[in-house]
Amino acid sequence: MKDDHKGAPRTMPIQSATFSNPVNAEIRRAAATGIYDIRGGGAKRKLPHFDDLLFLGASMSRYPLEGYREKCETSVTLGTRYAKNPIELDIPITIAGMSFGALSGGAKEALGRGATLAGTSTTTGDGGMTNEERGHSNKLVYQYLPSRYGMNPDDLRRADAIEIVVGQGAKPGGGGMLLGQKISDRVAEMRNLPKGIDQRSACRHPDWTGPDDLEIKILELREITGWKVPIYIKVGGARPYFDTTLAVKAGADVVVLDGMQGGTAATQDVFIEHVGQPILACIREAVRALQDLGLHREVQLVVSGGIRNGADVAKCMALGADAVAIGTAALIALGDNDPKWEADYNALGTTAGAYDDWHEGMDPAGITTQDPELMARFDPIEGGRRLNNYLKVMTLEAQTIARACGKSHVHNLEPEDLCAVTLEAAAMAKIPLAGTDWYPGKPGTSY
Amino acid sequence: MQVIDMETVALRELNETLHAQTDTTNQTKWVIDNPKGAHAIACGLDAPIEVTVKGSTGYYCAGMNKQATINIKGSAGPGVAENMMSGTVVIDGDASQYAGATAHGGLLVIKGNASSRCGISMKGVDIVVHGNIGHMSAFMAQSGNLVVCGDAGEALGDSLYEARLFVRGSVKSLGADCVEKEMRPEHLTLLADLLERAESDAKPEEFKRYGSARQLYNFNIDNAY
Repeated sequence: MKDDHKGAPRTMPIQSATFSNPVNAEIRRAAATGIYDIRGGGAKRKLPHFDDLLFLGASMSRYPLEGYREKCETSVTLGTRYAKNPIELDIPITIAGMSFGALSGGAKEALGRGATLAGTSTTTGDGGMTNEERGHSNKLVYQYLPSRYGMNPDDLRRADAIEIVVGQGAKPGGGGMLLGQKISDRVAEMRNLPKGIDQRSACRHPDWTGPDDLEIKILELREITGWKVPIYIKVGGARPYFDTTLAVKAGADVVVLDGMQGGTAATQDVFIEHVGQPILACIREAVRALQDLGLHREVQLVVSGGIRNGADVAKCMALGADAVAIGTAALIALGDNDPKWEADYNALGTTAGAYDDWHEGMDPAGITTQDPELMARFDPIEGGRRLNNYLKVMTLEAQTIARACGKSHVHNLEPEDLCAVTLEAAAMAKIPLAGTDWYPGKPGTSY
Repeated sequence: MQVIDMETVALRELNETLHAQTDTTNQTKWVIDNPKGAHAIACGLDAPIEVTVKGSTGYYCAGMNKQATINIKGSAGPGVAENMMSGTVVIDGDASQYAGATAHGGLLVIKGNASSRCGISMKGVDIVVHGNIGHMSAFMAQSGNLVVCGDAGEALGDSLYEARLFVRGSVKSLGADCVEKEMRPEHLTLLADLLERAESDAKPEEFKRYGSARQLYNFNIDNAY
């Protein structure tokens, strides 16, 4: 800062918090192009999240388990309500739905390999089931999406569970898109569309509207699959109490609830950042819906959206979820956004950790692409090994915390094991603010 | 001929029995009595058998059908023959919403009228409707042929991909990116074959063809009207 005119200091330049550099850059980009920003991933804004909760641990009033040796179970069974063959998983961490098309065949294979090694399930996506992912996934959940790309009764019957996708956290109420750059011959054939066009995925199902219809749709799917496999319903984090209630009413075995931090292959940035609720605000409401119906634990709850480590997993369990699903974290474990490709990211005008133009098909890590040269950079076997390692670490972390809280199964974690460090998190998760026995909106209090 | 009476046989048992039929079954003719509007009748079949449903059906009759021929001697509820892969489904009466939705193959014949969203997101099926069809039919239709011997409702073929639409009567309005196209000799040949298979007396020359203008194939902000 330079003094001038009679030595009086000049006003310091101050950047506007409202019109920040990123905001101004987006205004300039919009003005130059006339098109809204499309990107992959989930919400990047700072949101109340699991970091705003802490475990209390054991002390005089709780008796801990030995951290490294005593048994702490992690298994979970999904689909016990109606299915003849519920899914039994060794760990409560599943791999979320991601499509072949959005991801390369090798990346899908790696997800299957890693999930199978870790004793958990992986999930197809919008685009159908490939033989590679079926072959490499011991437990495979088949998504039933509005587009019905590649949908057929043979794949339906060789799935271990069916997930009816009503919405996802990144874009509740919105459809999907896969831009032409990624519609290779194989992707086009699987989706029955011309090569190279921008492919739209509808925002609503073509042959049912509302939970009454969905109940009959589920009847049909159960009849086709002989009532053998669990049926999940996936919803975005919009109105979790009512959405969970209606999903259960429609006949779901499992409700999958995806908060706004949950990723997508491609959608409008304005949608990702401005529609939906953070997962922290959704879990207790969904659990309350299940409890009100007398079906908590009978209809299982899988939550997703920004889950990164074993602490996040343990916190979800404590809030009442039965399992979690990871998408973005799994891609990072495979090698997405790895700094070793920094020069390539720079060439694309970005940097490792910030790369989100997954829809353009130019992923230097060879994961979110259909380009043969880029795909060749990715080793599915090594990817599977890395994912398995990551899942193992998350599980060990969750167990460590559960033991410290005196729990012999991660499902025994409970809200009373937690405190909140912010008012927002306390209100959203209905967990007392640290040092108090109160949270905003607590029944029996007037504020 | 095998007869299953839904007055005494539950839906689960009915479908389990039909699913047990294989390519080599010698029990090729089946009759279902007293359907009384039940849902999910004869869905998920995968054998070269002929099933006659004596009455009207509820939602999703013949859903995801493969190989089988299913005759409905009445009207069909929503989503009849949804996601059909192959085979033939013939409805003597009318069909409710979403008839043939997302179907990949086979032939769906509706001898009466079809309600809204007939052939929505169709992916290769052939659909012939002797009567009229409702609004938003062939929405996002990807491939296959939709033949309408009567009139079509509003927004026909909205956001259409490569499906071909043939309408003999009037079209109340066309949806986004759906346009009338030239009827070439190969289309007349195709239409003649479909009409014959669907037992329609209509003449191919009486139809107009509609298809995609392909203006929405690549993302363009100017389409956001």
